[in-house]
Amino acid sequence: MKYDERLQKVSVLGAAGKMGSGILLLTAVEMAALSMKPENKGKTFVLNAIDLSEEGLAGLMKYLRAQVRKLAEKKMIWLRQAYADRKDLIENGEIIDEYIFDVMSIVRPVTTMESAYSSNLIFEAIAENQGLKVKIFRQIDENNPNKPWFFTNTSSIPISLLNKEAGLGGRILGFHFYNPPAVQRLVELITIKENGADMTEFALAYAKNLKKVVVPSNDYAGFIGNGHFMRDSIHGIAEAEKLMKNYSFAESVYMVNKVSQDFLVRPMGIFQLIDYVGIDVVRFIMAVMNPYQETENLQSDLLDKLFDMGVKGGQNSDGSQKDGFLKYERGRPVGIYDPNKKDYVVIADFSEKCDVLLGAMAGTYKPWKAVNFNKKKADLLQSYFDELNGMETMGAKLAKAYNTRSNEIGKQLVNTGVAHNNDDVNTVMLTGFFHAYGPINNYLK
Amino acid sequence: MNRKIYMAAGYNTISLGTGRKEFHPKKPRPGLEHYINEAGKGTLEQIGGAKNVDESVIGNFMAARFNNQGHLAGFIPMIDEGLKFKPSIRVEAACASGGMALITGIKNVLAGADTVLAVGVEVQNTMKAIYGADVLAGAGWYQRRKDGHAYFFPGQFSDRAGAYYEKFGKERTRKGLSRWYRNAIENARLCPTAQECHNTMPDPERTCMKMEPNGKFFVDNLNVLDCSKVSDAASAIAIMSEDGLLKCGINIRDAVEVVGFATSERDITKNPTDLTQMETIKDAAHKALKKAGITIDDLATIETHDCFTIAGVLAVEALGFAKHGEGADFIYAGGTARDGKIPMNTTGGLVGWGHPTGGTGVHQAVTVWEQLTGKTGEAQIDIPADKPYGLSINMGGDDVSVVAIVYKKIV
Repeated sequence: MKYDERLQKVSVLGAAGKMGSGILLLTAVEMAALSMKPENKGKTFVLNAIDLSEEGLAGLMKYLRAQVRKLAEKKMIWLRQAYADRKDLIENGEIIDEYIFDVMSIVRPVTTMESAYSSNLIFEAIAENQGLKVKIFRQIDENNPNKPWFFTNTSSIPISLLNKEAGLGGRILGFHFYNPPAVQRLVELITIKENGADMTEFALAYAKNLKKVVVPSNDYAGFIGNGHFMRDSIHGIAEAEKLMKNYSFAESVYMVNKVSQDFLVRPMGIFQLIDYVGIDVVRFIMAVMNPYQETENLQSDLLDKLFDMGVKGGQNSDGSQKDGFLKYERGRPVGIYDPNKKDYVVIADFSEKCDVLLGAMAGTYKPWKAVNFNKKKADLLQSYFDELNGMETMGAKLAKAYNTRSNEIGKQLVNTGVAHNNDDVNTVMLTGFFHAYGPINNYLK
Repeated sequence: MNRKIYMAAGYNTISLGTGRKEFHPKKPRPGLEHYINEAGKGTLEQIGGAKNVDESVIGNFMAARFNNQGHLAGFIPMIDEGLKFKPSIRVEAACASGGMALITGIKNVLAGADTVLAVGVEVQNTMKAIYGADVLAGAGWYQRRKDGHAYFFPGQFSDRAGAYYEKFGKERTRKGLSRWYRNAIENARLCPTAQECHNTMPDPERTCMKMEPNGKFFVDNLNVLDCSKVSDAASAIAIMSEDGLLKCGINIRDAVEVVGFATSERDITKNPTDLTQMETIKDAAHKALKKAGITIDDLATIETHDCFTIAGVLAVEALGFAKHGEGADFIYAGGTARDGKIPMNTTGGLVGWGHPTGGTGVHQAVTVWEQLTGKTGEAQIDIPADKPYGLSINMGGDDVSVVAIVYKKIV
């Protein structure tokens, strides 16, 4: 089955979710592009958007319509060529409307799994629940005569395990988008030895057409991205817990969050990142990964405690940030949760004290935003870290320890065979987590 | 001319759009009414009020699509109740609508009116540029729209630039275009109402030079800095007879005399004869100069229609400041700078001040009037005693409708 044919019948499971909706958008646009090729004129392309939530699907269709319009507006030059033979479509506006109609016509929002029984390719983006994934894969595969391929978006569950338990005979691979899929360029591709060569080739071609950066990861729970993020989180939590011996919970969380953001020139601090992903999700990913770790314990009592108290973070359906470790107003942290008070305390009430404790920022410091998009990024980072290396403030010490640990984690991912090489680890952190520099670096001496 | 014609009491609103600090694409903005009102009142206040106005003309290109609003003549009495029941007319000639409003006003004065209020307005930020491109494409022939570029007019002038590069050399031309851009930005910084007034780009010329045109994302032969921006603005000016000046209490030294004007039209359904020349601009400008009885050597300043930088080069050649193929060199050598041989677009022109399409022609007249009467503030240039003349060239479409007016300083 050729590329175009494979993409004629596709289903996305969990299509109304944050990841699913992005995958659906990208796939719908790719399928529409194929359907417009002269050789595909007259062929039907069907993309089932499968989700249990009718409300979610209604929201998905609105999201799709708006996003397809934005995409169309950006590729108007191509669209005018694509619709050149449509003499009735003259103006940009007319062509854009027609394009939106054509893309939306491919998508069938449904709540029943049966629609996937005739698909050639199935993207899975449901909850990170091994048992549920296995059950659904098995059900579809038993009822689908096409021997479909399964592309799972799992960020932590080993693919070989899903393959074995669902009895898929190697027709599954990990195609791990980063959040949000429509924006983030990184895809972690996790293949297993049972995969056919045609399946891997297809995955690479599909990723290329979506203009994604593919980083291959070996089939170890958590892969590269979460392999780093989870361990980085454990380190941050441990550092905060050490500080808690002398400082309050909120002060400790604030200081580690500030060190991991400002001192390390990252886009957000570790506790904000945990909130962004969701405390519940981070906890779950750790639980999935932990059984496979022989020498480490990827578990956090603190995350369990907050989860049990109902503090979960994550995002609302409109993309706004829910409160977690931190409380947010217009996306900015304004408070920190105090488990003793079971309420948030205002950051402004103690931040100054903590900033003094951490010590002044290096004179050459520039925030992530000013560094990451700067053409002289490498020079800026070098001079900043050169200065940081010579500093002995509390903040500098925490930052150096943090960077050293991040470096160890990166090397560990290579040494244990999760990643093929240092560059792959760095690429994942640069493109998937928007870090300004990879964890395997020589900045700290 | 059977009567002397004057212009005075000019007024420009700000040119709002990307670049100005006040502009935010997602926040509500003033509409057509606001701009017409502000500009109209700005002129009325200088001429003793609406009672002194005999007739009004409003130039506008495409409010019917940008703002879903036709029938703009009806907005003139909104400016001031004193304009109720007085004649008002709306004129349209694409981006030369403003210039055509001036010509209509001049003809009204020649026909007996003493004071005509001329307003030009366009409010274009009501839609994203990709849809605005459809609206502006109305200045071309609709039968050609299907084959045109997504950004229709940038596409047209990109073709002109491409032909020019091929004939006379790309590097050399881009140098001239980049200098034109620099002049536009530097001049706009001196004018508080200009869209690029807040521009802080350290080296505009180098930035423009380094920005290689890329047809994959925009057009083949021009970059975005080569283009005028999307603007919301209005301008107004009073066109008067000698009696009009007296009635309005305007000191004649605060006015300019219109000593020559011409409009010229090319067949919109035909392609330009030569992409590297603007023959309609050439025709109109020289007719206006001839009527004024002067040559280009008598001009102290020119406002020319640089909707794209390449249009600046072609205008320089059409006017005769440089030979065909040497316009870019003339600009690069500083010929059009504010202290050059012929200062052009001294408050930024369309690239720097802004291009509210239907308002541009009136804005040009206001700028020339300001320069010749010493009212340009920081952007004021020296007007030599032996060169008391200014010229404005306002173009609609791709060198289709052109209005050229020659103004004289009164000493």
